[in-house]
Amino acid sequence: MFRLFRYLKNYKKESVIGPLFKLIEACFELAVPLVMANIIDIGIKNEDMGYILKMGGIMVLLGFLGLACSLTAQFFAAKASVGFGTALRTDLLKHINKLSYTEIDKIGSSTLVTRMTADINTAQAGVNILLRLLLRSPFIVIGAVIMAFTISVKLTLIFLIIAPCLAFVIYKIMSITIPRYKHIQKTLDRTNLLTSEALTGARVIRAFSRQQDEEKEFKQITDELTDLQIKAGRINALMNPMTYVIVNIAIAVIIRAGAGQVFRGTISQGEVIALINYMNQILLALLAMAILVTNITKMQASAIRINDIFAVDPSVSDEGNIEVKAVKNAPCIEFKDVSFSYHDSEEYALENISFSVGRGETAGIIGGTGSGKSSVINLIPRFYDVSKGQVLVDGVDVKDYPFKQLRQKIGLVPQRAVLFKGTIRDNMKWRDRSASDDEIISALKLAQAYDFVMEKPDKLDEMILQEGKNLSGGQRQRLTIARAFVGSPEIVILDDSASALDLATDAKLRKAIAEQTGGMTVLIVSQRISSIKNVDKIIVMDDGKIAGIGTHRELYKNCAVYREICLSQLSEQEVNNIG
Amino acid sequence: MDKYRPLKKPVLKPLLSYARPYISLFALSLALALVTVATTLYAPILIGQAVDLIVGPGNVDLKGLVPIVIKLCVTVAITALSQWLMSLCTNKITFNVVRDIRNKAFAKLDKLPLSYIDAHPHGDIISRIITDIDQISDGLLMGFAQLFTGICTILGTIIFMLSINVRISVVVIILTPLSLFVARFIAKNTFDLFHKQSEARGEMTSLVEEVTGNLKTVQAFGYEQEAEERFDVFNQKLREVSVKAIFFSSLTNPCTRFVNGLVYTSVGILGALTVFGGGGFTVGNLSSFLTYANQYTKPFNEISGVITELQSALASARRVFDIIDEPEERPDSEDAYVLKEVDGTVDIENVNFSYVPDVKLIEDFNLHVRAGERTAIVGPTGCGKTTMINLLMRFYDADSGKISISGRPIKDCTRNSMRSMYGMVLQETWLKTATIRDNIRYGRPDATEEEVIAAAKSAHCHGFIKRLPQGYDTVISDAFSTLSQGQKQILCIARVMLSLPPMLILDEATSSIDTRTEIIVQRAFAKMMKGRTSFIIAHRLSTIKEAENIIVMRSGHIVEQGTHESLIAKGGFYSELYNSQFAAD
Repeated sequence: MFRLFRYLKNYKKESVIGPLFKLIEACFELAVPLVMANIIDIGIKNEDMGYILKMGGIMVLLGFLGLACSLTAQFFAAKASVGFGTALRTDLLKHINKLSYTEIDKIGSSTLVTRMTADINTAQAGVNILLRLLLRSPFIVIGAVIMAFTISVKLTLIFLIIAPCLAFVIYKIMSITIPRYKHIQKTLDRTNLLTSEALTGARVIRAFSRQQDEEKEFKQITDELTDLQIKAGRINALMNPMTYVIVNIAIAVIIRAGAGQVFRGTISQGEVIALINYMNQILLALLAMAILVTNITKMQASAIRINDIFAVDPSVSDEGNIEVKAVKNAPCIEFKDVSFSYHDSEEYALENISFSVGRGETAGIIGGTGSGKSSVINLIPRFYDVSKGQVLVDGVDVKDYPFKQLRQKIGLVPQRAVLFKGTIRDNMKWRDRSASDDEIISALKLAQAYDFVMEKPDKLDEMILQEGKNLSGGQRQRLTIARAFVGSPEIVILDDSASALDLATDAKLRKAIAEQTGGMTVLIVSQRISSIKNVDKIIVMDDGKIAGIGTHRELYKNCAVYREICLSQLSEQEVNNIG
Repeated sequence: MDKYRPLKKPVLKPLLSYARPYISLFALSLALALVTVATTLYAPILIGQAVDLIVGPGNVDLKGLVPIVIKLCVTVAITALSQWLMSLCTNKITFNVVRDIRNKAFAKLDKLPLSYIDAHPHGDIISRIITDIDQISDGLLMGFAQLFTGICTILGTIIFMLSINVRISVVVIILTPLSLFVARFIAKNTFDLFHKQSEARGEMTSLVEEVTGNLKTVQAFGYEQEAEERFDVFNQKLREVSVKAIFFSSLTNPCTRFVNGLVYTSVGILGALTVFGGGGFTVGNLSSFLTYANQYTKPFNEISGVITELQSALASARRVFDIIDEPEERPDSEDAYVLKEVDGTVDIENVNFSYVPDVKLIEDFNLHVRAGERTAIVGPTGCGKTTMINLLMRFYDADSGKISISGRPIKDCTRNSMRSMYGMVLQETWLKTATIRDNIRYGRPDATEEEVIAAAKSAHCHGFIKRLPQGYDTVISDAFSTLSQGQKQILCIARVMLSLPPMLILDEATSSIDTRTEIIVQRAFAKMMKGRTSFIIAHRLSTIKEAENIIVMRSGHIVEQGTHESLIAKGGFYSELYNSQFAAD
């Protein structure tokens, strides 16, 4: 947790002033019982009304000063903690943006979102509380003991015994309950999971008539949860009564022992009352500390999770790379004996892949699920680094490019059609910020998206909701295809990206791509033979290896895997007709 | 559709009905609360009496002190015990009530019509069942206990104070609510700020969700810097409102503490003056009063917090009861027929259906399926293919018309018995968080290991399951993402293969499997479909060519019907669809 404190560095002044003023306030608070003792011992004894009013005035003044200090402390704590959160957020986002696909796969993007939002909020709230309260409680406890010391050295002994006792009891109870509450949270997560499954699986559950079993399972977990909660609550509920008993026994001892001292004239009546007050102040301070500890544990958990993300180094980096020049006459994309394995995996996802695609060519990659199609194309924009071999774009190893230059060349249509909140125009400008409406429109036309966009009331200014919720799957996919073509990229990669289109639209799209992408190098990944059979070069993938490269006709003749795929989708007659 | 509902429905009444089984515990906890309050208030009096016996040098009644100290210890012990027991009671009530509500709400999910589940965001329903119910436990039940003790303490303190000295009591009673007003005033004025803060936070969160949630896309387009710039704007805005919101809201405690200090001081001064003014008011009384002044203000400060908690808990309860009170799927009638055997004929007569009243979808649909026949449904997206499955399985009821199995209208059968006649594989591969074995035997929990393996083999997933480190004991969960979409789909197929009902529904059942595996699975399907009435929906027209009857749908109507050959020969919409696969040639 303390490692995160570096984000307070721009708020050094605030982080010192906040706690400092809180301590000053605590001093004023500690003075009150003494003033009260004076009122009793001097004011009442001497029946001195002036003195009493004077002391009363001092107490009001102490209150005022305390308020002023407290407000100052709150202000600086708020400023420092919010500044902390803001700086942390900016930095974490920067760090996350640098992570490569390997790390994103491993951590999961939903986890990253939680770190950025909920965890940082918790950490920020934690820092705020820490700045305000961390020093205060121990300070009051120690201060109260010191004040007791100034009244009676002997009676201070009671304080010295009781304060650690109280602290121990509170510590013990918390150390038992905190792990239990974590366990409770886990059980609660299971009810959450079951509820979510009951909703997503409503059709399957009903189709198999398993409603009652699901309910039974849920009941089991809630029973377990209730049991855990009651047991943890039983111990947690000891906190107040036990501390109350300890403090009041201490008070009883103070009265009994104090009585003797008063009899001998060592201390006064008012001072006995002051000692009782100090004992109560210690109790309140320690209970506040207990709440603080609960918050700190939460904050610590968040801080650890945030630090874990910071600790992840991007495995792919373009640091130090400067803009490179294309090698003349080199093929646009070239794989030289590439092998690749995903993180933690000993098995190669790709093995000895070599092929090249010339400038302006259209190539298709086909193969079954898990054959390595997507792995191949993920290496081109260097989302992952190869384990062996080289991937070259324009004759230059992709490892030598700055990311920006490399990825600017490529228009990618990912499998999952992701659009962002904003107008259609905003979404279209992703690849090329300066794209004109004309360029956007021609890309929309190519992607067969123009017609439906024009049917929208606001056309290019139509707002897309988050996740593109106000569009159908097919519309989203067509927009992502259009987006890749805006700004005439040198290379376009379509990663199985026509799956949500109906066959007629898919066919029109293929036709448009074949006709209108003259200078572009196009790579089409697909499971459908019909999507790739007419391209210049087909690469057949099977189990991470290349099973064949060639045209449809050649492959159908020579490549067993390809023929098998063809026959699984088309009749023999159709295959021949096409060829 | 909410038009006829009264705007505000009672919340407390249904809530109390859940508490009814625990009514005696509840009464006990209230009684214990009274004991706790009384003894807590009695302690300062004892301390005061003790103080009065310790006047000064040579003037201490040590003998009189002993019984008081003993009394103090006993009182304290009683307080602690009753306080603890009270907590146990409230805990027990709270957690049991929460469990009961949660179970009821969960059971409700299985009875809600699918139209409700389809139309409402799942995240919202889940947060009602998890977070909102927790809020009820925290706010309503715990809050109620706190509120009750708080009010008792206030009343008790007033009585105890009045019994000692009326004048000082009046001062305390008048001054203390000041802190409440201060807290109210601050809360009112910070509400706006908090609202702004949560707005700014919401904006920031949705940007993060977009950018970080889709990080791969962001990187593919080199959008990182732009994203960071956009983020900075929101982040700075959030910073500005947050500082204000946090600062102003944190004023509450110091301010109320200040007011309490004033009360304490007034009691001190007034008390001191009263002591030497005579009238029997002692220093001990003053000390009791000072303690009361502190104790009396505490519940006041807590109550404002408790009330906000209570309010949000009531709102939460309302949201939970909204689900529980939602109209259920019309239950099976008493005399509903339990389908045990079917001959496999399915008749659809004059069926009309629409999801939204004004937008007609299925109109006057008629279809007669003979026993053992394979019926394929094809057509462009949105033509009503999946809706037909919703109707066949009675996930939705037809608006009019009749669907019958074996000549028996499905509306007259129990839903469970009717649905169990169908084996269903859908495009979306839903699997439970459970072992692979439990998932395969989801439809027949009593299946033997051999049967499970046999089903897995016929769905061609035995091989990859064996290769998993834990084999059939591997737990499938979101975190366990090594299963590909295709593998999940094969598991869903194995699930149906095991229960093997007399009729089948396959909705894009092989869409995620690569075509070579698909052929193998199709063979298994073919074996399975033999003699079974089946409905098949598929994107790839090559997979349905074998069907005896192909139904071509277009905007809710059947436009063509026949075998593959006859439809191709006819040269209509089907052949157009079929040939469009090769249009680019």
